Amino acid sequence: MRIGIVCPYDWDVPGGVQFHIRDLAEHLIDLGHKVSVLAPADDDSRLPSYVVSAGRSVAVPYNGSVARLSFGIISATRVRRWLRDGEFDILHVHEPASPSLSMLAGWAATGPMVATFHTSNPRSRVMIAASPILQPIFEKISARVAVSEYARRTLVEHLGGDAVVIPNGVDVGFFAGAEPEPRWTGRTIGFIGRINEPRKGLPVLLAALPQILAAHPDVRLLVAGKGDEEEAAAALAPEVRDRVEFLGMVSDEEKARLLRSVDLYVAPNTGGESFGIILVEAMSAAAAVLASDLDAFAQVLDGGRAGELFPVGDAAALARAAVRLLDDPARLAQLRTAAANHVTRFDWSVVGADILAVYETVADGMGGTLGAAPKVREDDRNSRFT
Amino acid sequence: MTDWIWAAVAVVLFAVYLSWTAGRLDRLHTRLDTARAALDAQLLRRASVAQELATSSLLDPAASILLYEASHAARQADEEQREVAESELSQALRAVFGEPAQVAQLRAVPGGEEVLRDLTSAVRRVPMARRFHNDAVRAARALRTHRIVRYFRLAGRAPFPMAFEMDDEVPAALAPQGSPA
Repeated sequence: MRIGIVCPYDWDVPGGVQFHIRDLAEHLIDLGHKVSVLAPADDDSRLPSYVVSAGRSVAVPYNGSVARLSFGIISATRVRRWLRDGEFDILHVHEPASPSLSMLAGWAATGPMVATFHTSNPRSRVMIAASPILQPIFEKISARVAVSEYARRTLVEHLGGDAVVIPNGVDVGFFAGAEPEPRWTGRTIGFIGRINEPRKGLPVLLAALPQILAAHPDVRLLVAGKGDEEEAAAALAPEVRDRVEFLGMVSDEEKARLLRSVDLYVAPNTGGESFGIILVEAMSAAAAVLASDLDAFAQVLDGGRAGELFPVGDAAALARAAVRLLDDPARLAQLRTAAANHVTRFDWSVVGADILAVYETVADGMGGTLGAAPKVREDDRNSRFT
Repeated sequence: MTDWIWAAVAVVLFAVYLSWTAGRLDRLHTRLDTARAALDAQLLRRASVAQELATSSLLDPAASILLYEASHAARQADEEQREVAESELSQALRAVFGEPAQVAQLRAVPGGEEVLRDLTSAVRRVPMARRFHNDAVRAARALRTHRIVRYFRLAGRAPFPMAFEMDDEVPAALAPQGSPA
């Protein structure tokens, strides 16, 4: 199949959507498909061969923060050229509700089109008011994919209609095969996430730590992620501070080894998660997981069967659960097995097959009525913009 | 006896001076109110044109959504958030109309020329209105910090005038030199 994938966010900036698209494209190429990814990028030369730059993105205030997006006549022209050159059997746009390349591609093209919704659309008011702009685009999308049940629900609330849920994929083998790091083993609790982002929940975990240490004085907390360590640790008593190690930013390999090393991985996030890829990575490494019971987390953890849950933001409950688990090696081992079994659902082999099945369903339906020839075409109705 | 006469003359002169200062202050306050109303009107006009353009489908959908969001926020912002919201609208307009090609495209579509004219005039008038307003603010503040005005409370209950600080830089392609006539 000739597959065109559109990434709305800057390829040079690390982010969940970008990583997902990169892994998906590489997975599909390994299967022998012809894939082209259109993404905003500053520098053509450093891009993988399957990525086409749509020019640089522009920083613009959007949704209460400054976002880097691609829009305007120059981006629209590049999208059209890419569509013409690509002659795709299927067009896969990501986050078509954010005002960037995916929205432009959905607008400029017609034919078999799949859209993946990664996050919720925070401002429904704008979405509703702008629907005369967005409706014609969304009407052309033949199949919608949401990355989680939570993302699907917000999609249904804001836009109506329905979507299939296909989770983000991970390379389970990469995490499962990582070597534990001896320095990080032996009564350790792990946390990975930006230190100064309260929604990642480090303050909750630090608040629970004294109680955990009271029961298990030998426990160490390993914190990986960028941010100001001193600020984060400022409120800790010295004897508690001594049991916390900040590792700073870690590479993918180090992350995998960390997850393989810790006795318990804690995800105390307090909100803002529509999927929870870090939990999938932890399960891939067969880590015992203790996570806050956010909707998205509960779903990724199979309702608590593949990892334990505690009430969001409740440090005392987190401490009780952690103490109980650290006292019970049999339960920890059981959680590890459950995680390793459950996580196969998220391996690219499974996720990629699901996405291909969506492509084929959509393309088959269209092929029946339109015959051969490139099936993704330019939409003539907007031709005055070329 | 002559002392009394001199004292009376001094009191009368001082009263005249006070009254004259109060009159000056009053005129400055009126000028300030007018300038503020003019600034309000220009900001509102700019946001309206931007919103109209956003919903006109003359632009591509991504640029439309960005402009819609920014102009909507600017119109709805309360006093405290106004400067930030209007600055963000300026930034959104600059992001969309940074390229002469975008202006050329809009000019080419039916109805585009008109919107473009409205938008250009609106974005150029905001900085003018704001400068006149802040100039009036500066003049009123200078007089209000004067000792006589403070001791005799000539300003009454009128709020202390505040400058309107925002980013009002005109998009490059809409600035006089950048526009391809």
